[in-house]
Amino acid sequence: MGEAELIPRSLTAAPVRDAALPFFDRVSGWITTVDHKRLGILYIGYALVFLVIGGIEATIMRIQLIRPHNHFVSPEVFNQMFTMHGTTMIFFVAMPVLFGFINYAVPLMIGARDMAFPRLNAWGFWMTAFGGIILYFSFLGGSGLYGAGGAPDVGWFAYAPLTAPVFSVGHSTDYWIIGLLISGFGSVATGINFITTVLCMRCPGMTLGKMPLFVWLNLVTGVLVLLAMGPLTAAQIMLLIDRYLGGHFFDTQAGGSAIIWMHFFWVFGHPEVYILIMPAFAFLSEIVPVFSRKPIFGYPIMVAASICIAFISMSVWAHHMFTVGMTSWGNAFFVASTAAIAVPTGIKIFNWLGTMWGGKIVFKVPMLFCIAFLFQFLIAGLTGIMLGAAPFNWQLSGSYFVVAHFHYVIVGGILFALFAGFYYWFPKMSGRMLSEKLGKWHFWLFLIGFHLTFDFMHIPGLLGMPRRIYTYEPDRGWDIWNLIVTIGVAFQAAGVLVFVYNLISSYFTGELAGNDPWDAWTLEWSTSSPPPDYNFAKIPVVRSRRPLWDLKHPEDPDWKYE
Amino acid sequence: MAATTISVPQPEIPLSPQMRGRVGMWSLITAESTIFSIFVVMYLYSAGKSVSGPTPREVLDVPYFISICLFSSSFTIVMAERAIVRGMIKLFSIWWLMTILLGAIFILGTAREWYELIYRDGVTISSSLFGTTFYSLVGLHAFHVLVGLTGLSIILALTVLGYVKQEHAERIGVFSMYWHFVDVVWVVVLSVVYFIAR
Amino acid sequence: MSLKLRSAILFLTALAWLCAGMAGRASGQAVEGSHPTDIFSPVSTPAHSIYDLALFVLVVCAAIFVTVFCLLVYSVVKYRKRPGDDGREPPQIYGSNQIELAWTVIPVLIVVVLFLAAARVIHGLEDARMPAGTTEVTAVGHQFWWEYRYPQYGFTAANELHVSVSDPAHPTPTHITLLSADTDHSFWVPKLAGKTDLIPNRINHTWIDPHETGVYLGQCAQYCGTQHAKMLLRIIVESRADFDRWVAEQQQPARADNTTKGRQIFETTACVNCHTVAGTNAHGTFGPDLTHLMSRETIAAGAALNTAENLRRWIQNPDYFKPGSLMPAMQLDEPDLDAVTEYLTTLN
Repeated sequence: MGEAELIPRSLTAAPVRDAALPFFDRVSGWITTVDHKRLGILYIGYALVFLVIGGIEATIMRIQLIRPHNHFVSPEVFNQMFTMHGTTMIFFVAMPVLFGFINYAVPLMIGARDMAFPRLNAWGFWMTAFGGIILYFSFLGGSGLYGAGGAPDVGWFAYAPLTAPVFSVGHSTDYWIIGLLISGFGSVATGINFITTVLCMRCPGMTLGKMPLFVWLNLVTGVLVLLAMGPLTAAQIMLLIDRYLGGHFFDTQAGGSAIIWMHFFWVFGHPEVYILIMPAFAFLSEIVPVFSRKPIFGYPIMVAASICIAFISMSVWAHHMFTVGMTSWGNAFFVASTAAIAVPTGIKIFNWLGTMWGGKIVFKVPMLFCIAFLFQFLIAGLTGIMLGAAPFNWQLSGSYFVVAHFHYVIVGGILFALFAGFYYWFPKMSGRMLSEKLGKWHFWLFLIGFHLTFDFMHIPGLLGMPRRIYTYEPDRGWDIWNLIVTIGVAFQAAGVLVFVYNLISSYFTGELAGNDPWDAWTLEWSTSSPPPDYNFAKIPVVRSRRPLWDLKHPEDPDWKYE
Repeated sequence: MAATTISVPQPEIPLSPQMRGRVGMWSLITAESTIFSIFVVMYLYSAGKSVSGPTPREVLDVPYFISICLFSSSFTIVMAERAIVRGMIKLFSIWWLMTILLGAIFILGTAREWYELIYRDGVTISSSLFGTTFYSLVGLHAFHVLVGLTGLSIILALTVLGYVKQEHAERIGVFSMYWHFVDVVWVVVLSVVYFIAR
Repeated sequence: MSLKLRSAILFLTALAWLCAGMAGRASGQAVEGSHPTDIFSPVSTPAHSIYDLALFVLVVCAAIFVTVFCLLVYSVVKYRKRPGDDGREPPQIYGSNQIELAWTVIPVLIVVVLFLAAARVIHGLEDARMPAGTTEVTAVGHQFWWEYRYPQYGFTAANELHVSVSDPAHPTPTHITLLSADTDHSFWVPKLAGKTDLIPNRINHTWIDPHETGVYLGQCAQYCGTQHAKMLLRIIVESRADFDRWVAEQQQPARADNTTKGRQIFETTACVNCHTVAGTNAHGTFGPDLTHLMSRETIAAGAALNTAENLRRWIQNPDYFKPGSLMPAMQLDEPDLDAVTEYLTTLN
């Protein structure tokens, strides 16, 4: 008979920091680390820097668009801004920060000492990091700093043949290709690591049906990474061959096809956004139960729904292409698959509601962000359904309605879930609590800013304003809406500044957290905060989905009911 | 809070840490397969759409010999695996060497085919859409064969130097999975380029 | 702050939000023409069909939103931890198969209905048969202007598309074949139809049958380079008689008896490399056809009004109106510039 032993840690000891080591050793410790916790923090830190940079790029665009025929930046600079903003936010903010949290939390949650391939983990991080640096070098390379240099200006999806050498002269597009190609290899490595870790490194007793939902969702994310990054890599290699070896893949003058680039890109691009949202779902599935004081409602259905979503997400890609002139049968198919994916997604929303129903909801900052997520993700999903109805899409696509929709998902959904995750796991990572008071300021400022910007952004879309335009005509009735949208940016910036201040000041003077400040139920809360390098002195043995619940409630353990 | 213990029945673990190598390699193969699939789709989509240059039918001959060599190398690598599992390092290194030789013949044969295509038929990667899709697809595969050959050679060198022992059989097995994958990709590429879309 | 007060503030804020949005829309619509590209003011059958579908989808989505929103608010309010709570955990519920079934089946039904509604409109618009009497136009997208060919009448125009109004009882639509000379573009005039892309090496189609005369605006909706923002669309819908008159005028070549210095300069400098003036030596096709330049209200695909002063400035320094457009600054000295401008103003 096996035994479960969770060694208790003192609740009053301050977190151990290696301030005793000389500076050089501390830095090289971080650079050469293969510890999943440190790599997780590196990913998160890297992403936060790029969040600020991407935010500045967005701010520049919004100031240019605050009124018609504005001259804040030239069209060339504006076009570089929207390209870099999109590329940065997706590849160098969202993916790294989510991978960082997954890296940190998954081994702890499954009772493992590290990921399956720690060195591959480090390689993956550094590839991603170098990819971002190469992309940003484009500002300096190419035409130099005057006029903001040679950053790519082809849009984050780089449609052919705008990327052909004849239309994209110079090297700006090449920075886009190579930066993403390199970080793509890092992403695939990370995906391989996630899958292998979850499948092979679970502690005894943790069968697939007993893993936390967080782990399930990130397993599915890992599979999507493997399936989605390939098409992008392949398309980018093809584009490099066109640009450097005289190839004709996308050369429409030689029989090549502009539309096949779109197909390849969106075969990557759509699963990519599910790679972004699945970890956000994972955060929700851990935080909502803890702050409702109930287990997740319908665990098996949640697992099934997640797998369904991942599966269907591979078949919806051409809903980004409803306007390219596919046949009516083609369009109808993609309407069907897009509508179908709404069903498991809706089921997840209902299950989170079901988790809150009948509970005792605690309105700490992580939960505030989660409740806002539910409200906003609902709206984002509904505008997605509108966009999925192809004829309606023929009006809405390529307009600010789409921009509003996807920012609703990414900012209103993913970023809010990320903030929840920050407040929830920061105590575990650093040993100190983030300030609740500052957190509430962060929440309300950002909420107001988000809604000012992205609620009202839908309207210019409905009034015919296309996206990716550096200025607009004053006679279209778009002026007031653009003004309100830009004002919202100020509130969001204020919220983010409060957040960054909170992170820094709480790291030094925050209230001590102890092992388990939230009275939670998954294995990471059984370790000290921060956990020791080896995570667990003795590998735990679990019997249910909430091992700490079983320990805290030995008279009524979960394994009696699961 | 004192340490508490719970007695639980001994649980089964379907996949253990020992399986990491195989699971990781399967994951890598999945990711690589998606890249190859896109190049194959591109090849099929572009078939017949070149605006100039010779057609595949005019310039391509089915490479029977080198294909048989490559497929045989999958057989020899299996024999090598079986040798090392039984601890017969010398036999293992012989089969391993044969695998390398067969792979090298494949690469040399491909090089010869390309030489003819470029200098006799004028088909290059930039001469037509067919040239672009042909060289990129076949070239991507050949690149993977080269990577495999490099790995095989390194392992052979380590074997000759005496570092490879019976306990490394699992790792040899994981590496062989990659070689088999390269072979399976050739089945697809051969069918598509030399039969279906000719 | 008590919960009641907080809820009241939140509710009033939301209400104010909603009112602001609606007031904005209403005030816009009250002023004639202040929303010339509003997708909810259809004037042509494709736009009408899309509008009807859009209303249906909006109503369904609104119903779903209200339901789920109320459930969310209710659960947040009713199941919050009260101040005097006894600290015990609430009943631990793991799930319910009946509830899961219900909230799977109902969404599936909604999804099927939405799909059928959309499929019907897709088929109706994409597979529509054009009746006899359809005007054929070929639109070619360029960086950053629109070329319009009228194969039935044998002339080419640019940037301002003239079509005849269509009587719903006896439709005379205009069928537009969409091509591209360089990179991707998209033809979007919201009041007339949904957008369709112009993709090089691909032939796309769209059609419009405007029921009311007027000028309808739009712009390119697929990023095509530096001046994507100023690749504007103007569709002039006229009565049948006016349209026929316009066609007849467009079919005339430019007057051959013009011997001004301006014409000489035009025909001997680089202008003819890009521009066509029918009936003269200018046969360039890289830029817009200028044979009837003065019949247009705007130049540079809507970037400026078509006045002599703007024309002059455009030739001298296109970057003033459209930095990054492919028209080069012609480096003419002042007298030559005046002469060419004067010549162009004679091209009616």
